[in-house]
Amino acid sequence: MGELCGVVGIGQTKYAAKRGDLSIAGLVREAALRALEDADLEWKDVDAVVIGKAPDMFEGVMMPELYLADALGAVGKPMLRVHTAGSVGGSTSVVAASLIQAGIHDRVLTVSFEKQSDSNAMWALSSKQPFSPHINAGAGGYFAPLIRTYIRRSKAPDHIGMLVALKDRLNALKNPYAHLHLEDISLQKVESSPMLWAPIRYLESCPSSDGACAMVLAREALAKDAPRPPAWVLGTAMRTEPTMFAGREEVNPQAGKDCAADVFSQAGITNPREQIDVAEIYVPFSWFEPMWMENLGFAAEGEGWKMTDEGETALEGDMPINASGGVLSSNPIGASGMIRFAEAALQVRGLAGEHQIDGARTALGHAYGGGSQYISMWVVSSERP
Amino acid sequence: MRDVAIVSFTQAPNVRDAGAMNEVEILMPLVAEALEKSTLTLQEIGFTCSGSSDYLAGAPFSFVMAIDALGAWPPISESHVEMDGAWALYEAWVKLQHGAVDSALVYGFGKSSSGEIRDVLALQLDPYYVAPLWPDSVSLAALQARALLESSAYSEKDMAEVAARNRRNARSNPKAQLSGDFDSAALLAEPYLVSPLRKHDCPPITDGAAVVVLAADDLARRISKRPAWIRGIDHRIEPHSLGVRDLTRSPSTELAAEKAGVARGPLDLAELHAPFTHQELILRDALGLKHGVDINPSGGALAANPIMAAGLARIGEAATRISGGLANRAVAHATSGPCLQQNLVCVLEGE
Amino acid sequence: MDNPIEEIQTPIRLDYRYTAGGATARFLRGLKEGRILGQRCPSCQKVIVPARGACARCGVATKEEIELPDRGTVTTFCVVHIPVPGSAVKPPFVCATIKLDGADIGLFHLVSEIPPDEVRPGMRVKAQWKPREEWDCTLENIRYFTPTGEPDVELEGSAHA
Repeated sequence: MGELCGVVGIGQTKYAAKRGDLSIAGLVREAALRALEDADLEWKDVDAVVIGKAPDMFEGVMMPELYLADALGAVGKPMLRVHTAGSVGGSTSVVAASLIQAGIHDRVLTVSFEKQSDSNAMWALSSKQPFSPHINAGAGGYFAPLIRTYIRRSKAPDHIGMLVALKDRLNALKNPYAHLHLEDISLQKVESSPMLWAPIRYLESCPSSDGACAMVLAREALAKDAPRPPAWVLGTAMRTEPTMFAGREEVNPQAGKDCAADVFSQAGITNPREQIDVAEIYVPFSWFEPMWMENLGFAAEGEGWKMTDEGETALEGDMPINASGGVLSSNPIGASGMIRFAEAALQVRGLAGEHQIDGARTALGHAYGGGSQYISMWVVSSERP
Repeated sequence: MRDVAIVSFTQAPNVRDAGAMNEVEILMPLVAEALEKSTLTLQEIGFTCSGSSDYLAGAPFSFVMAIDALGAWPPISESHVEMDGAWALYEAWVKLQHGAVDSALVYGFGKSSSGEIRDVLALQLDPYYVAPLWPDSVSLAALQARALLESSAYSEKDMAEVAARNRRNARSNPKAQLSGDFDSAALLAEPYLVSPLRKHDCPPITDGAAVVVLAADDLARRISKRPAWIRGIDHRIEPHSLGVRDLTRSPSTELAAEKAGVARGPLDLAELHAPFTHQELILRDALGLKHGVDINPSGGALAANPIMAAGLARIGEAATRISGGLANRAVAHATSGPCLQQNLVCVLEGE
Repeated sequence: MDNPIEEIQTPIRLDYRYTAGGATARFLRGLKEGRILGQRCPSCQKVIVPARGACARCGVATKEEIELPDRGTVTTFCVVHIPVPGSAVKPPFVCATIKLDGADIGLFHLVSEIPPDEVRPGMRVKAQWKPREEWDCTLENIRYFTPTGEPDVELEGSAHA
């Protein structure tokens, strides 16, 4: 339905705890310029700009599209700013793609970013909310109980989370952009790292990073002529459910299942395990890998941990997950969703360098946010439908 | 291009302070009313999109709570922009153009009474060179007004007449916050607030919300006897630095108007999101509005300025008058950023 | 230039007045009297606590007030080993979701006076209130929940519910 959208350029910044070498404008331009270069395009070739980022408190700038209009060549163009909590990088990609799919624009530049070292992410995430007792211990404190429930229900052995952490951190060593390059990482190191919110250990948690990710999207006729193979967008979907209600299933949220069903249907995927070659999914705490494997339909309920345990999600496995190192290795919150979507596109374009999965033709990008309530996904392929 | 129309519009009573009501309590009855008017349930709606601002609310992720006002179960296809609801409407319109869904629910909301709005808006400015000086929104608007007065034939009297006219129009708007019969000469006798702006040249501080339902093609025709069709919609942004811009004109509005096809036909009315009187003068010129066009029959942003919903409300107000048979062709406008930095223009027509 | 400026500190201070909303205000005032107030959704009939004025699932206003006892069952929990910025609670401490008797949704609070590794889902707990003269409009009137000693309850599958 509509116009076919192709990803013709991808750019990422080097992710780091603090990019003190760049202003916010410089940070987004680093990614945007790389994406334009990848697409062999100039600022003037872009018709519209869509940016995404998480709460403005992370940098102390309200509605930063206003400040960044000049830096992103958006003057005289339509510019949008998406904000859907942690999933924002994903939903921003979806919104940008829809501008192409609806036939509104020929080429769209989309950038997601966070320069969270400028403010204080921990403060912005756990500041005392009015009218609630101050026992919020950060995002991990919210998700650890869900993980415990998953472990109890699935009877997964305790070491699964650590295997995910080890795998993602080893993968990151093959990704020059990743924030955490832990050269001497080992299972023993993960296990002996401090426990934060049991069962989540320090090395099973995501870092706080500065960074930006950008993509240039183009309509089919223009994407066909791009200098490097495009990633064709076969489907996009977003789903939202309320944060809290009686009987809400948070470990295996319906929004995730519905979002997956929608995007797979658009992309003609009836058996994700067989038909998806590689997936970049949003794993900020290790145990989310098996949980999302089940939620997305790669494994039956209660069986997701076996995929990890048996090495199937490793680079050499038959269902590699987060070849880039994932959110566990780089987490500029506003960008993390788009990084997943972009890394999926890099894979099917054959441009993922050292962490390329050979023969990757169809890939999934996934992002979530809030209390596991905002989900966005896309399926990209090297083949046109 | 698919035919997409506005089939329902609701807004909260615009008030200086919504008191004990939080955003969910403000939104919930509006969403229910808007959906009822549209004859669609939330589950039948194809896409939901909203606009709001964390810094306005003073809390990160402040839009999340609004989901509680909808009844989003089973899960819905939904997104959010940290911008006025007018841009959420744009995103929803794009979604309908794509074709997979036929209807959308759009809302914008905000309680400007929560913080010191003049100072909160200073955070929209360049964080290195400008924001640390904390130039408040009224002072920046005053700079623009000064530039306009010195470079054009417009006078403070023209500005006062804009104020008087808008607030007079607002008398017939039951949702308006400020309304009344003001004499422009009397207004001019008032002292300056921030020269050359007087209090009447400035918008009120408003808590409010607006909800719109969009529908495409035959669905719109089934729902509404006279849908307000979106014949053109476009938005553009200007450079951020105030020193680089000609503050006496609105080139982004001119460009958006051209792309939206404003000049393709006669206009009966214009709803302009001009929080300051001098901005209405600038926008009238940018849109090429001729005499005879009824400007801001609702009273506009000078009668009620629920930041994050005020632009969406302009579109809703214009649509309501078209659907009500009071107008055949209208232009609605929304703005964002300091001194009209970013502008959205929407052309609406009855059949 | 000898010392190029690489960084500037630009402090931001904004004062906000937050509105609890009608139902939350009633809930908080109830706590000042030592009462825990929930609401029943007229549509799905579930009892929601804290009272929030809306059933998020149904999208309707909730008005019927239900007073709940201050005891319930732990449905899920975690052990926090890092301090909460600005809080007096010292790690390791247990955060739990507690389904008060009669409620259909859990309340997030602390569990204490039990070694963290003995906390388990299904454990029965009751609130330990601060002295009455320290009560204000806050859930912090409850210092934490502690085990009652009753036998554990068999739980259905869901978390945070």
